[in-house]
Amino acid sequence: MKFSFSSEQEEFRSNLRRFLADRAPIKETRRLMELDAGWERAGWKALNAELGLTAVRIPEEYGGHGFGFSELCIVLEEMGRALVCAPYFATTVLAAGAILLAGSAERKAELLPGIAAGDTIATLASAEDSGSWDAASCTLTASATGRLNGHKSFVLDGHTADLIVVLARGPSGLAFYTVDGNASGLTRRLLKTMDATRKLARLEFNDVEATLLGSAEGTYDRLMTEAAVCLSNEMAGGAERLREDALAYSMMRMQFGKPIASFQSMKHKAADMLLDVELAKSAAYYAAAALDDGDADIAVTASLAKACASDAYSQTATHAIQIHGGIGFTWDNDTHLWYKRAKSSDVLFGDAFYHRENMMKHWAA
Amino acid sequence: MTELNEDTVRAECRAWLEANWDPNLGLVEWRHKLAESGWGNPHWPSRWYGRDLPVGLVPVVKEEFARIQAIGPAEAGIRVLAAATILAHGTDMHKEKFLLRIMTGEDTWCQLFSEPGSGSDVAGAVTRAEMRGNQWIVNGQKVWTTSAHKAHWGLLLARTDWDAKKHAGLSYFIIDMKQPGISVHPLRQMNGHASFNQVFITDAKVEPEFLVSEVGNGWAVTTTTLMHERRGADGLRTWGKGSTRPERAYEEERAEIATTMEPYRWYPQRAGRVDLVIPRAKETGKIADPVVRQEIAKLMTMSKAAEWTARRARVAQEEGRPQGPEGSLGKLVSSNIARAAARVHTQISGVDALLTGDDSPMNGVIAEILVSVPATSIAGGTDEIQRNIISERVLKMPRERTGDTDKPFKDVPRNIVA
Repeated sequence: MKFSFSSEQEEFRSNLRRFLADRAPIKETRRLMELDAGWERAGWKALNAELGLTAVRIPEEYGGHGFGFSELCIVLEEMGRALVCAPYFATTVLAAGAILLAGSAERKAELLPGIAAGDTIATLASAEDSGSWDAASCTLTASATGRLNGHKSFVLDGHTADLIVVLARGPSGLAFYTVDGNASGLTRRLLKTMDATRKLARLEFNDVEATLLGSAEGTYDRLMTEAAVCLSNEMAGGAERLREDALAYSMMRMQFGKPIASFQSMKHKAADMLLDVELAKSAAYYAAAALDDGDADIAVTASLAKACASDAYSQTATHAIQIHGGIGFTWDNDTHLWYKRAKSSDVLFGDAFYHRENMMKHWAA
Repeated sequence: MTELNEDTVRAECRAWLEANWDPNLGLVEWRHKLAESGWGNPHWPSRWYGRDLPVGLVPVVKEEFARIQAIGPAEAGIRVLAAATILAHGTDMHKEKFLLRIMTGEDTWCQLFSEPGSGSDVAGAVTRAEMRGNQWIVNGQKVWTTSAHKAHWGLLLARTDWDAKKHAGLSYFIIDMKQPGISVHPLRQMNGHASFNQVFITDAKVEPEFLVSEVGNGWAVTTTTLMHERRGADGLRTWGKGSTRPERAYEEERAEIATTMEPYRWYPQRAGRVDLVIPRAKETGKIADPVVRQEIAKLMTMSKAAEWTARRARVAQEEGRPQGPEGSLGKLVSSNIARAAARVHTQISGVDALLTGDDSPMNGVIAEILVSVPATSIAGGTDEIQRNIISERVLKMPRERTGDTDKPFKDVPRNIVA
């Protein structure tokens, strides 16, 4: 297991951080989050053209760069840090992940190059109104001829995706199907989300034509494990940004004739925040490396990383607003954008309680 | 000269060990060989029982020792801090007189820093050393002194100038503990053990050549000792039991470990015994309780993430990269883990947590956890001091103004006793 990044990885990270600071500043986030789509194709294309971000973990034979989760997670951490509005997680982690896990060589060759090139926006539709990400709760059905009936909800970028990977109960068990975003019989409705930077949609399938991707038995659980790890890294990035911004504010803010950072109550809070964030980073990095290493305990590690990141991000966001005081409660101050991202990240793919219970299922056995 | 790298060091060390290691030697005899060859403390200077090996290559040597179960130099206790301090600030006479007997384990050391009136604020020491005739005469009281009753030598911080400012009035001495002016009394702790001592010093004598560095430079020397203490703190907690093999050197090492570790018997409990949580939860059936499960998972998450954070810090150090903030967090997180573990152990034990000794679970081990964890967030720097260090040194937050560094120390307020 590796516990450090290579100099190439560090260089990739610092280039990416500079690039995102330049191309995806927070005022761009504020502009995009007000749009129904939540992102723009031109900006997305530009984001990809220079750094090939959607291609990172796609194998070279399908037009990608062939890197591992460690590199993908660097991108996610930096995107979480910059709070980028883009359908990146849905496309590269969820949809590409499902295709890589469940698809045949033919289907991969058909679907992945478009994703790698940044032309195809894709997502995964698995949860339903019940709000559970467990495969067992899936009620949407697929007929023998590949027609889908039912609904999906909490679908990340589901209203804008060109390609939707759908979890369905098929004639031979749980399976992934692919559906065109504009397929007839598919109704997509944008949900009003508390976190405006992460768009979710509810999808109705009324006899929608779909193509079988592959079996979801085992592969869906694995995909959720990957998603938990990737999201943990994105969360670690956001938490660190919040921590740094709150620290910078405390150094600048004068009360009683001195910076509030000179008060021990602030200093001790800042030390605790550093501890929370560094622990979350360690767990997230470890989990990403464990995915690349094919670690047998990866499902537990993923849940640990997600639970750790959930608590750390939420706690950091709470502290960050408190440190900002009154201004931290205003819309104009940026802190609430990450605060809301912390909340949405906590709930997405199972909250900390869910993941802790997951860990115990393994350890109690 | 061969190039120094992992492979050449490994090969050379292995060859030497294979030619020289003999478990039938006496422990002291064997350690003399280590001192002559430099393999015992290879990062020490070659003039002083070492080989000038870069610190980064020391783990390779340790691996070679472990591979054939060869015993290393005496490393436990304050003697390691004494050696590091003497190497950094000592005279040739100090090195000549002390280093070899530190390595062989023949001399035991103690640290006379903390006082009843200065815990977190070590530089507030009021133990007094005065030059009378041609000798230093020391008077005062020290506390939390491990192994003081066994020690031959003490590392003493004392005030030599009361008109100077706080830090500038301190000097550092090596004091002979086996003299009439030193009186050692055990200090009983809330968990019933007495691992530390109070040391009363009354007209004790120090020869002038046992001053370390210069008069008034004691704080700089103390900082060196404390830095090594922090670095080595984890080593102590994980120090092994020694081999069970029958040969003479192993037998003598087992006796040495037993003596040195005696005061630390409860240390595993003070860290919270995370390792016992799941076995205990299974044994009691509490593993089925969803509330307990959540608390266990929270604890395990913190414990694992802390372990991986420590690994990140260690790898950065090994790769010679500047350590990130992850390197400064170990002490603080270990307090959080200890507290959380004690809470979970209480939850798992239920009413059994009311009991102690052989009436209680695991013959008192669980009870000992509950009354030992408060030490974790105090000993070796309180959590509050740790947070100050992290916020000031790592996060570069402003230092708080103190009231005792801008005036002669004699004018600094002391404890208010009603």
